[in-house]
Amino acid sequence: MQDYLPEIFLGLLGLATLIYAILDGYDLGVGILLPMSEEPWRDTMVASIGPFWDANETWLVLAVGIMLIAFPQAHSLVLTELYLPTALLLVGLILRGVAFDFRAKAVTALRRRWDWAFKAGSLLASLSQGYMLGRYVLGFEPGLAAHSFALLSAVCVSAAYAYIGGAWLVMKTEGELQKRAAFWTRRAGWLAILGLVAISVVNPLVSPMVAERWLTLPAMILLVPIPLMCLALVFLVDRYLRQVPTQDDVGYWFPFAGVAGLFVLSFFGLAYSFFPYVVPGQLTAAEAASADSALAFIGVGVAIVLPCILAYTVFVYRIFNGKASELRYH
Amino acid sequence: MNDILADTLMLSRIQFAANISFHILFPTITIALAWLLAYFKLRHDLSGHPVWMRIYRFWVKVFALTFALGVVSGITMSFQFGTNWPGFMEKVGNVAGPLLGYEVLTAFFMEATFLGVMLFGRHRVPNWLHTLATFLVAIGTTLSAFWILSLNSWMHTPDGFEMIDGVVHPTDWWAIIFNPSMPYRLAHMLLASALTACFFMAGISAYRLLKGDTKQAPKTALRTSMLIAALLVPVQVWVGDLHGLNTLEHQPQKIAAVEGVWHTQQGAPLVLLGWPDEYAKTTHWAVQVPGLASLILTHDWQGELQGLDSFEHHPPVKPLFLGFRLMVGIGLAMLVVSWLSSVWLYRRDRLPNWLLRVLVVMTISGWGATLAGWYVTEVGRQPWLVTGVLKTADAVTAVPTAHVGISLTIYLTVYALLLVAYVHTLFYMARKSVEVAEFDDSELNSPAYAGVKEA
Repeated sequence: MQDYLPEIFLGLLGLATLIYAILDGYDLGVGILLPMSEEPWRDTMVASIGPFWDANETWLVLAVGIMLIAFPQAHSLVLTELYLPTALLLVGLILRGVAFDFRAKAVTALRRRWDWAFKAGSLLASLSQGYMLGRYVLGFEPGLAAHSFALLSAVCVSAAYAYIGGAWLVMKTEGELQKRAAFWTRRAGWLAILGLVAISVVNPLVSPMVAERWLTLPAMILLVPIPLMCLALVFLVDRYLRQVPTQDDVGYWFPFAGVAGLFVLSFFGLAYSFFPYVVPGQLTAAEAASADSALAFIGVGVAIVLPCILAYTVFVYRIFNGKASELRYH
Repeated sequence: MNDILADTLMLSRIQFAANISFHILFPTITIALAWLLAYFKLRHDLSGHPVWMRIYRFWVKVFALTFALGVVSGITMSFQFGTNWPGFMEKVGNVAGPLLGYEVLTAFFMEATFLGVMLFGRHRVPNWLHTLATFLVAIGTTLSAFWILSLNSWMHTPDGFEMIDGVVHPTDWWAIIFNPSMPYRLAHMLLASALTACFFMAGISAYRLLKGDTKQAPKTALRTSMLIAALLVPVQVWVGDLHGLNTLEHQPQKIAAVEGVWHTQQGAPLVLLGWPDEYAKTTHWAVQVPGLASLILTHDWQGELQGLDSFEHHPPVKPLFLGFRLMVGIGLAMLVVSWLSSVWLYRRDRLPNWLLRVLVVMTISGWGATLAGWYVTEVGRQPWLVTGVLKTADAVTAVPTAHVGISLTIYLTVYALLLVAYVHTLFYMARKSVEVAEFDDSELNSPAYAGVKEA
């Protein structure tokens, strides 16, 4: 067990990142989709993420925390390389986090401005994350091509967040807004898929390691189900969305579950490409790991506390089950 | 190259100071406000009187806003270790990492998750569960303070580790968590939070009363907060003194700077006011009481105090000397005002307008004292980042100065705007609440509140 501590923590880092991408992904997506022309819709949309956004964002703190705890060298390397995008990400998260509360309490005349701050902050945070992902995947390679790739990644990650955010709205709203949300979700979905395909093509082209892992036999055959399952999910979600609103709202949860599944599959693809590297092509988990005594100490805490966190997270989601229109501040 | 590093160092220090100063404003309020909310909720559950729920409902909104500002500025902090101080984690990450990790695991998730229940769940969960959620949030905020103060204290008085190849390795977690200055610093900070929240609540309640609010809720909130403050200020003076003695034992150079003791001497005077001059190594215009500093710190009029001249490294004197006096000054003002208000409210139903105005002015007095105190203790650690282990200058990033300049400008702008918006919104909420009816029909007619009308 002691021997595998770095890999276990790499797995935890991955898990926290994946949960973050799905959970904060949908609430960032709702922010991006905020329609500036329809105030009642904005109220409902914000209410739909009200009880959750704060805890969702905590998964980012956990992911950064695990990186800091388990792989301090990688943490320093990544955040020094990504200094300015990190600053922009943080400004985006600050803006949307506070706008969320200010919009409900500020003078009515200022409310629209806070809504703009919420939308702009969500978009800025998503774009920064996508840009950072693009830089990270290529191991911070210099040059115009690498930066262009990062820009493409910025747009596509934002689209992916809008995709899952829209699917969340289809699940949590009804009536005209739900129909509209289905439309947004389809649009965002196409853009997100474009990005997914682009990353899948570029990755093996620039990285011999990734190419070898995916494009040699017999791995290739074993891996074929992954892209096939992705395609099937995209197709089925799109089919469903075209029929919203369905009779008695049947299957209202399906688009969200489908897109979340897509996130899981894409994440698995990335993880498979780069394991056991913490920084692609530069640092492996074992090379960057902290002392065993430190990892063991925090490992005990993780083993006890993480299941509790997952349990009460599920519990709270169940409490706020149902359509968002019923949610009121107090 | 050295110049560039020096500039990046200074800008990074300013940026970190700006970030952490901005951040601490909000947890300082929420740590104690969470317990006040738990108290109000419990009073409501026990008595069934709607006034407690009214107080709860107003202050839980303030809590939510303050908490959000704390969360977003806290996320910024967690990134700054990597972006600006990579040397910190590389050298002491084996200790700092797990302590920060436990904060995230045991505190952040709990507060963030149950805050949702607290804010939106009152009609969706049984009442006992809503009360429980309020308590869990309060426990979460306090646990968070526990872990972060443990790490901060360890940076002042490191213990329980060994150096292997220039990197800190933990040997005794108990000694690390409960390092020598930790209990004092934690107690001092929790009390600071309580006083900050009490004056904050009293100030905004006083503002409501001045704006013509005649309801019971602001009166009760004012009375409760001033009574708690009146009880806790003396405790804070005592704990602060213990903390000072602990600092004298472990970081004597910090105390020498705070007291302006330039040369080692017996029977050192207590300098009440003055203007320290580091070049001339003297304090101008000093107003002092002979022998009192020695008496306070060594419990002997003739006790010897180590002077700044006896240390190889010592922190800059001016910020420590002045910051300490600012903190103590605000503390004394708090003592006088809380006692005066409590005695007055014991005899009469309402404070006179001049005293209400004083309370409004003191709304954010806790922020002043808390920041001044933190500047004393943190600047007092310089030039060390971790005493005796790592110098601040050796931990800084190699990022180009211009990048730090850009990020610093962005942060400062955003923080200034948010601070204005925050204070503005608070007083707007207070004004708006003046118009609200005392209780609505459902509250008065529900069986739980039977008897309120007569009362």
